[in-house]
Amino acid sequence: MKIVMSWLREAVPALPPAKAVADALIRAGFEVEAVEPVGHDLAGVVVGEVVSIEIVRTKKKDVRWVQVRVAEAATRGVICGAFNFAVGDRVAVALPGAVLPGGFTITARRTYGQLSEGMICSASELGIGDDHGGILVLPPDTPVGTDVAELLDLADDVLDIAVTPDRGYGLSVRGIAREAAAAFGLPFDDPAEAASVPVPAGRGDDRERAVPEQTASGQTASGQAGAGQTGAGQTGAGQDAAGYPVVVEDTAACSRYVARVVTGVRPDAVTPLRLARRLALSGMRPISVPVDVTNLIMLGLGQPLHAFDRAKLSGPIVVRRAREGERLVTLDGVKRELDPEDLVIADGSGPVALAGVMGGASTEISADTTEILIEAAHFDPVAVARTARRHQLGSEASRRFERGVDPALAPAAAHAALRLLTELAGATAEAGVTDIDHRPAPRLITFPLAETARLGGRPYPAEIVRRRLAEVGCAVADTITGAGTGDGVGDGTEAIADAVAPAGADGDSVGDGALLVVPPSWRPDLTRPADLVEEVIRLEGYDTIPVTLPRLPAGRGLTRGQRIRRAVGTALAHQGYVEVLTVPFVGDDTPDRLGLTSDDTRAAVVRIANPIAEDAANLRTTLLPGLFAAAIRNIGRGQADLALFETGLVFRATATAATPPTPAVDRRPDDAEIAALNAVLPEQPRLVAVVLTGRREPAGWWGPGQPATWQDAIDAAHTVAAATGVDLTVTADALTPWHPGRCARLSADGQVVGYAGELHPRVIAAYGLPARACAMELDLDTVIEIALARPPVTAPAVSTYPPADRDIALVVEAGVPVARVTEALRRGAGDLLEALTLFDVYEGSQIGEGKRSLAFGLRLRAVDRTLTAQEANAARDVAIAEATRLTGAVLRT
Amino acid sequence: MPPSTQSADPHRSDVPDPSAASAGGDPSSRRTGPEHAGPVRPSADRPEPGSAASNSAVPDRAASERTEPDRPDPRPGSQRPSSQRGDPASVDPGALGPDRLEQVRLQASAAIATAGDLDELAALRTLHLDGRGAPLALARRALGALPPPERAEAGRRHNAATAAIRAAYEARLAELTAERDARVLVEERVDVTLPGTRRPLGARHPLSALSDHLVDVFVAMGYEVAEGPEAEHDWFNFEALNLGPDHPARSSHDTLYVDPVGSGLLLRTHTSPVQIRTLLSRPLPVYVVCPGRTYRNDAVDATHSPVFGQLEGLAVDEGITMADLRGTLEVFAQALFGSGLATRLRPSYFPFTEPSAELDVACFACRGEPARQPCRVCSDEGWIEVGGCGMVDPNVLVACGVDPARYSGFAFGMGLERAAMIRHDVHEIRDFVDGDVRFGLSFGTGN
Repeated sequence: MKIVMSWLREAVPALPPAKAVADALIRAGFEVEAVEPVGHDLAGVVVGEVVSIEIVRTKKKDVRWVQVRVAEAATRGVICGAFNFAVGDRVAVALPGAVLPGGFTITARRTYGQLSEGMICSASELGIGDDHGGILVLPPDTPVGTDVAELLDLADDVLDIAVTPDRGYGLSVRGIAREAAAAFGLPFDDPAEAASVPVPAGRGDDRERAVPEQTASGQTASGQAGAGQTGAGQTGAGQDAAGYPVVVEDTAACSRYVARVVTGVRPDAVTPLRLARRLALSGMRPISVPVDVTNLIMLGLGQPLHAFDRAKLSGPIVVRRAREGERLVTLDGVKRELDPEDLVIADGSGPVALAGVMGGASTEISADTTEILIEAAHFDPVAVARTARRHQLGSEASRRFERGVDPALAPAAAHAALRLLTELAGATAEAGVTDIDHRPAPRLITFPLAETARLGGRPYPAEIVRRRLAEVGCAVADTITGAGTGDGVGDGTEAIADAVAPAGADGDSVGDGALLVVPPSWRPDLTRPADLVEEVIRLEGYDTIPVTLPRLPAGRGLTRGQRIRRAVGTALAHQGYVEVLTVPFVGDDTPDRLGLTSDDTRAAVVRIANPIAEDAANLRTTLLPGLFAAAIRNIGRGQADLALFETGLVFRATATAATPPTPAVDRRPDDAEIAALNAVLPEQPRLVAVVLTGRREPAGWWGPGQPATWQDAIDAAHTVAAATGVDLTVTADALTPWHPGRCARLSADGQVVGYAGELHPRVIAAYGLPARACAMELDLDTVIEIALARPPVTAPAVSTYPPADRDIALVVEAGVPVARVTEALRRGAGDLLEALTLFDVYEGSQIGEGKRSLAFGLRLRAVDRTLTAQEANAARDVAIAEATRLTGAVLRT
Repeated sequence: MPPSTQSADPHRSDVPDPSAASAGGDPSSRRTGPEHAGPVRPSADRPEPGSAASNSAVPDRAASERTEPDRPDPRPGSQRPSSQRGDPASVDPGALGPDRLEQVRLQASAAIATAGDLDELAALRTLHLDGRGAPLALARRALGALPPPERAEAGRRHNAATAAIRAAYEARLAELTAERDARVLVEERVDVTLPGTRRPLGARHPLSALSDHLVDVFVAMGYEVAEGPEAEHDWFNFEALNLGPDHPARSSHDTLYVDPVGSGLLLRTHTSPVQIRTLLSRPLPVYVVCPGRTYRNDAVDATHSPVFGQLEGLAVDEGITMADLRGTLEVFAQALFGSGLATRLRPSYFPFTEPSAELDVACFACRGEPARQPCRVCSDEGWIEVGGCGMVDPNVLVACGVDPARYSGFAFGMGLERAAMIRHDVHEIRDFVDGDVRFGLSFGTGN
């Protein structure tokens, strides 16, 4: 919301400079994102009268040699290329030495054979509009020689405020002015009241009037404040005989509808520069008097208005939901299929406007329009929001209705529009007022005085609470026994009485130390004590809240699982892996590129309904594609030797349970409801994965380094396992996307927890990875579960006796996995075996085709004695025998 | 054994090979039939200084381990003259005579004085002083054969000769050690500035490190860490947080929804659903921090990312006030940007807190002082917007079954990327998801 300071000052004249106002608004919760000075850099531009014009013809184009009188007896000659002014017009002349916006200095210069002493300015050259159509022609009675910057009040400041969605009233000069006044303790003249002064009186109604009367803090509500309301009419035309006939069918979605008519609108009327500039600085383009008037009222008071060309309306206006199949061409020229939920304004011809969102083209005012129906209504925020969203059609009006418009404002806003149209376009306001009023009764909040301190953390005396609530426009009363009777209630508590009566509240049910509060009509966000607490403490200043710390019970620290996860990340980083956090979106082709079959759990993708990019519309089911992409990005940037890791959630679609009903929020959902919600979530295990390319040991002065191999990938798994305290078992497998001959299945406690090895050449090709790229992926959640289930480590008895080392070499068939031989040796050597080391693997002619020689070192040791040579040899021999029995190993001699 | 023996050569170990010396050692079974290039354990022994093997940065690790020839054990232990045993029968009482002892002393001293290096000196020591066959040792055996009156005298002579030879040895040892220090160690000099990082370097991601750091601060205060799913149900992400289906604040969340649209599933737009899950599952009071990944419908560019980290805190207890929130946030701000920085709360709006506030921290770079501006960190604002916070909205408490009349609470949340960008002067948010190792490695493992 852009707020023009000069406009704000009309409501609160004594405001300090813009920067101070901005700071105060920030402190009150209105985020001023920028303070933009405008027109401060304009100097030396004065009003001149055109005395004579002489055409100068050149080959390229014609220009005019113009004499302008800029003082009683001073005439200047100026060359000008524009033709939209005549002798006698008043224009803005920048004399030599003048400075235009942007620091552009004007000098006298010789051109077209003349000495041009300055420049005749257009509005855009003065920085007051986008109109490049020609020279700015000022009203004929403007005094010659006057400084234009002063005349047009050009020096101004614009505050750009990000208004939070709860504060719809902040989307108006009226709302911001109230806040600014409260911030500086200044009196505030509600522009809505000023606007509503000479209104044709409708039938007064105490109940209706009571609320707006209380709106002005500290102001005496005059009898006129609430005038213009015709009372709660029933559906049907307004009571005033001359009012335009209106029927509101859906009074819940449209709680207020005010219609006024003006006639005799002069089509040639022009919005005065001052107001046009005000609109432009507020971020809206001046268009025509009627449009500009509705926009000015909206910006000033916060009430969106719509102007219908009355001549194009046929029959009574009906506010209703759209009917199946109805269509509407909106002002932006788009033909829209209406939804039966859309709230529309209709006439005899059908829908003529999307209520609160945008008008229709068929009743749009045009340059020929002379009769206008002004609509000032209050539409339900949800209805407007849904329609705007459904048609993807946000507007200044819908933005305000969604956030809540003051329902008491409609008559005053309509009246203000009429007055402006009368002034600016010579129009005549018709006496009839249509006001269909179905506003709900004002809310009454019982507000315990202690509540502010309970949440704010410091004492807030009752008088401060009262004053601050009054400043935001609340009606405040102490608990009054019998308030509900409605009899003998004093003036100050009229609103309270009105609020209490329909609510049926019993006076004596309100305990001592509480206030009865009726929030102002423009604050639909104030419904509970907590909302009032915020108003009091924000106006008092959050900086007045003391600084304390809660007294916590002793915490249990990180869980073991959380600590293990950290240890895994640290361990991998210390092993030379760089952690990455990739974007978890992948394309439809990912399962194919990975070579996954359709029954693979990793092919059960979760799809995003509104993806950022269509080629990345699925959530990852494995971490590998993201790591591949990061690796390729690095390689493309010249880093080929990579060891990357990532830890994160993957998403796997589960059998779709029926969509559960959404639990209510006015109570805790029961456990079954929570379980039903959780049941429809995708599986989201946390995995850890690595990818390796290029060299594992870097090249350097010591040599060419070592390439990363399948072993490094498996080693990464062992690194993870070691950090968790879990032992991994490695077995050969052939799971895609790994190389079928170089794929290790990793298990712990009998559960498969992941895979590691070299990647399949087809996958490498599909992703454009370098040859022999390797990868590992582990289900970290499962590994941690296994780790947590482990009992505490049982310490070994550390023998102090010397070991007996025995080395053996076994020849086995090449296809026998080492793990099997190792297993057999361990079993054979029994308890005496302290360590078993494979220190050589040999394949070659000396041992025959299809064989391998495996050389093991056995370290044997007893806890309680020094082993004899016979004991050690015996253990060795049993180990060999077991290996022979289980794997066909032959002792190499 | 005199202590000086071991210091004769710092590279040499006289600790016997445990396997060779073990009681069960059976030399015949030790190396299994390596008549043809058989397997031999790679030796762990370090080569002697200056030997050819010291240039052992063999590029092919596997080759060196596999085919190294069986080489003679270079350890001094194998050369020990342990077999020079004196014959116990050949006791020569004359060996204790003054002349004989003097001759032994002269011979030994002369030999020791001309020892060429530390190795030779060590051998001479054995030969003349400590060895079983050394003349002094032989002479000592004769002591017992002397009649007692002579024995004392002979003992003194023997001791004097021993002390003299030892003195000569010590003197030469000092000379040779000094010489070695002066020459050999100088020759063995290497260029220690040669790059030595043969092991690749790794790193934690800066967001993981920052998250852990902040979590630690809260855990130290007694908070626990709560987590939840990233694909979440609308009820947890919005409804229970006082964001009904038509709430205007929903539009600012740019939510990514899970297909099909009616499923009620989405990618969580903040970590706040973890607050709901925590309140539903844990007994009161609750003090938790919730770090995690969150999602918005934003394409990746310099300042936007569809995925970003958040960290939230939640405290629900009896008597929690905004003053507690302020104090907690001050601790938090210090953990982020350092101590001594002012904080301020600005009234704001979040559907799940009431009252609500934005947390600003004084800019650590300029501290709002015009003299230090222009400031690239805060764009001369003097404040850095860190996150949102407030008192837990009563509607949220009710939806979680917590009585808002008895309990109150505060919650706060912040974006990790933004904090990391300020802390580490990161200019492009995409650096966090690109995975470029140059970016990642700069943070190292010790963050």
